[in-house]
Formats: sequence, structure tokens, C-alpha cells
Amino acid sequence: MTLTLDAPRIVETRPLLEVHGVSKSYGTVQAVRNVSAHAYPGEVLGIVGESGSGKSTLLRMMNLEEIPETGSYTLDLPDVSGNLFELDRFARRMLCATKIGIVYQNPHLGLLMKHSSSGNVAERLLVAGERSFATLRQAATEALEASEFPLDRLDAPPIELSGGMQQRVQLAKAIALEPALLLLDEPTTGLDVSVQALVLDTLKRLQQDRQITMVIVSHDLGVIRTLADRVMVMRRGEVVETGLADQIFQDPQHPYTQQLVHAKL
Amino acid sequence: MTQVLEIDRLKKGFSLHHLDKDIPAFEDVSFSVAAGEFVLLKGANGAGKSTLLRTLYRSYLPLAGEIRFHSSHGVIDLARAADVDVAHLRRTEIGFVTQFLTARPRVRAEAIVAEPLRLAGWEPEAALDAARKALATFGVKPDLWAAYPTTFSGGEQQKVNLARALILPQKLLMLDEPTASLDANARRALVARLKELKDQGTAMIGVFHHPDDVMHLIDRIVDLTPDAVPQEERDDVAL
Repeated sequence: MTLTLDAPRIVETRPLLEVHGVSKSYGTVQAVRNVSAHAYPGEVLGIVGESGSGKSTLLRMMNLEEIPETGSYTLDLPDVSGNLFELDRFARRMLCATKIGIVYQNPHLGLLMKHSSSGNVAERLLVAGERSFATLRQAATEALEASEFPLDRLDAPPIELSGGMQQRVQLAKAIALEPALLLLDEPTTGLDVSVQALVLDTLKRLQQDRQITMVIVSHDLGVIRTLADRVMVMRRGEVVETGLADQIFQDPQHPYTQQLVHAKL
Repeated sequence: MTQVLEIDRLKKGFSLHHLDKDIPAFEDVSFSVAAGEFVLLKGANGAGKSTLLRTLYRSYLPLAGEIRFHSSHGVIDLARAADVDVAHLRRTEIGFVTQFLTARPRVRAEAIVAEPLRLAGWEPEAALDAARKALATFGVKPDLWAAYPTTFSGGEQQKVNLARALILPQKLLMLDEPTASLDANARRALVARLKELKDQGTAMIGVFHHPDDVMHLIDRIVDLTPDAVPQEERDDVAL
């Protein structure tokens, strides 16, 4: 048995994100069972686990797309308070548009595939209340540039773009309003290895330049290892282990984590 | 002398669940390191030298004992410190030098070296300047500063790695065979930098396969061979 760890003593800031005791079932399947998680400001939390482990469901809860049967969710931000699962639909939508950005594995979930790329990014700003065309265009361009999207393709609809470029448009949309929290659901799965590296590099740079708190879900341990500070391992809707990323990969404790780490090529 | 680290009856082993087996690494390890002191870990292959370093850095979770680190925030037991506290100390006070560079694809050598400074709050340009100086010190040619080290040779990668690992003076520095695959010039640069850090008060614990280069820096030797005399003064030891 290893030692029980103390509560933080040096880091005095509160976690930006705290999810406590969430459970959710679909019919007879319990997708998430009494899960708690937290992420400190500027921290990258990685969530790993196989398909059906509940990791994506948990991420969708953090984006308020799924409301669990039990549990609470708080974000430690100015003018945000209380259990966010209790917000009404309008407040939820505003909060997501202004404080939270998300990138999905499937760009169809996050983008209007036939609208222009810059329009996709600007839409996010419209939801938040911006109406001036010049400001919209400018802000969208800046976000796309930060995501390393080629600016000569601003008006191309995502449907005409490669997978890597589509992910950049999603990323630009997600960061356009400088969110406090960036959620990433398998952001590089399905991309070529070289494109994957580019997207990872962009994410890493954004994280360093802007200190955005990130939660990244992936079954790809390489992706998690590259980006995450801390890792949470999920299996069958439950958390089996959490720890510093290097500890999870070098000294996994739980039998399932050991199996997972040793299965990596 | 100002204590930096007090290791008290530390124990580490691994449970390999698929083999249903417990593998012991070391136990009852106790010693202290003061500011500006250089401790060499000794022991045969498999005695647990690297394992001990990784346990102190908390890449490995200890099974028992204490690792009292005198941080700028007071004494904290690294064996039990919260993950977020350990992460904070690694960014600010505790360094680890390995023999391997974890190069990320498409990140320039100078950016890799500058990263610890950026994380410590340096401005991008100042961090890059310092990074280039460090690369030059270790003998990496200017042509390579803006290149991606993923394609560098082992020796060049190791120079980038060292430049990065030693750029920010730390209170405590762990060294895991940093001289492996280094040429003579880079070894000299490494020893010079270690001397500089030591003089500034950095406490160091190191594993060196061939410690000749750093012999003059070593204050004490800790032998991890089971049943060995726990500590020996530098003068009495022939390696």
C-alpha cells in the first residue's frame, strides 16, 4: 500500500473546476458512478480510459450538455456561483459561450460544416452578444491565427478542409472568447500522426501562452502524456486512479492502469 | 549547514498485478543533504539508485518513510505532499536531470530550453536569450537552435536536455546519469555548470556511472547496497 496524500499546503488557490459526486445512467447502464474531479487554474487534467469508461460523458457534463442525476459542479470565477447543474437553459448557454470552450473529436458536432470557417468562429461571439461586423471579423481572424489556421482560407467552409484544419477551426471557436476552461474530447483521434503532432503543439503553446485550464479526454496515452499535468484513469464509469502524469505512466498503482500503460506501444 | 532534504526510513517497491508479485526496490534509506552539498549514490546495478531519485521526485510513490524538503514555503513531506504541491515545487524549486530528452515534435531546441523560464514567469524574449546562451555553453551550434531536436543525434539531444534542465537554479537537483552519451566538451560544460549551481547553494543528489568527472564536487557518498555501511566520508572511499 502506498501512503495517503495530504491536502495541498503550498498551493493556496482553489481549483478552478470542481465536480463532485456525479452519477448518470442511460437506461440500465450506469455511465458515470459517483465521480469527483478537479482542475487548478492553468492545469491540464487528462482523463484516460477505454471506450465506455464514462470519460466523454463526464466531459459533456463539464460542458453542461449532460446533466447528471446527482452531484455538483462549480467553477471558481468572478460572477459564477452555485451548482452549475442547477442553472436554467439560457444561463447554461451563456455560461458555456463565455467561459467554456470545447473541441470535439467529430468536427460535425462543433461546426456548421457549410458555413465559412471565420463565420463559425464569429458565431460564438454573436451568442455572447457582439454585433459589430468589423469586430466579429477581427476577433475571428485573431482566434484562427492563434490556432495556426492559414488565413487565406478564412472563408472556406469546414467541409472543404482537411481533418487537421477542421480541428483548428473548432479550436479557434473554442478560444475566441478567451474561455477560462477548455475541454477537449479526443481532439487528435483520427488525424494523421504528423497532423496530430501539429495540433498537440498548438494546444501546448496555447496552454503556455494563455494559462488556460484544460481537461482533455483521450484513449491515446501519448496525447495525454504530452499535454497533461495530472491524469485521472476511468473504468466502467468510475475513477480507479489519479496522480501526476509521470507517476501514472511510470508507477501505475491500480491493476487496470498497469494493464493500460503496459499495453502502450 | 542549512538542511535542504531529510530522507527518513524511505521504502519503495512495486506491485506487479499481472504477475501477482511484489518487487522490493529499497527500504530503510535515511540521509540528509544540505545546501550546496553534492551527494553521490553508489550501488550495483539494480541497487535502486535511479529508483530512489524518481521516488524523491515523486515520479514513483513511496511505500513508507518521509522525505522532508525544506521548501521556501516551509518543511513539506514529499512522500505525502498533494500532487498539485509537488507540481508547483517541480516548477520552482526541485529539478531533475535525466539521460533522455523528451522532445516534443515540432518544438524548437531554443523553445524547449526556454520553457522552464517561461513557466517561471520570464518574458518570451529574455527566456529565449538565456536559452541560446545555455545552448552555446553546452556546445550546440547556432544553426541548430531553431531546429527540432527530434531528429538530433543522441549526444546533441542530451546537450539540449541538459541546457533545459540546468537553466533555472533550483534548491534541490537530482541527476540521473547526465554524462551518458556526452562528448568531452559537453561534459566539461556540465561539470562547470554543476559547480556554479553548487556554489550558489543548490543541493544535489546524483547517480553517475563514471563519476570521475564530478569527483571534485562530491561531498558524500551514500551506498544503497543492502547491508552496506550507510554513509561514507568522501576521503575514505575508493570507487
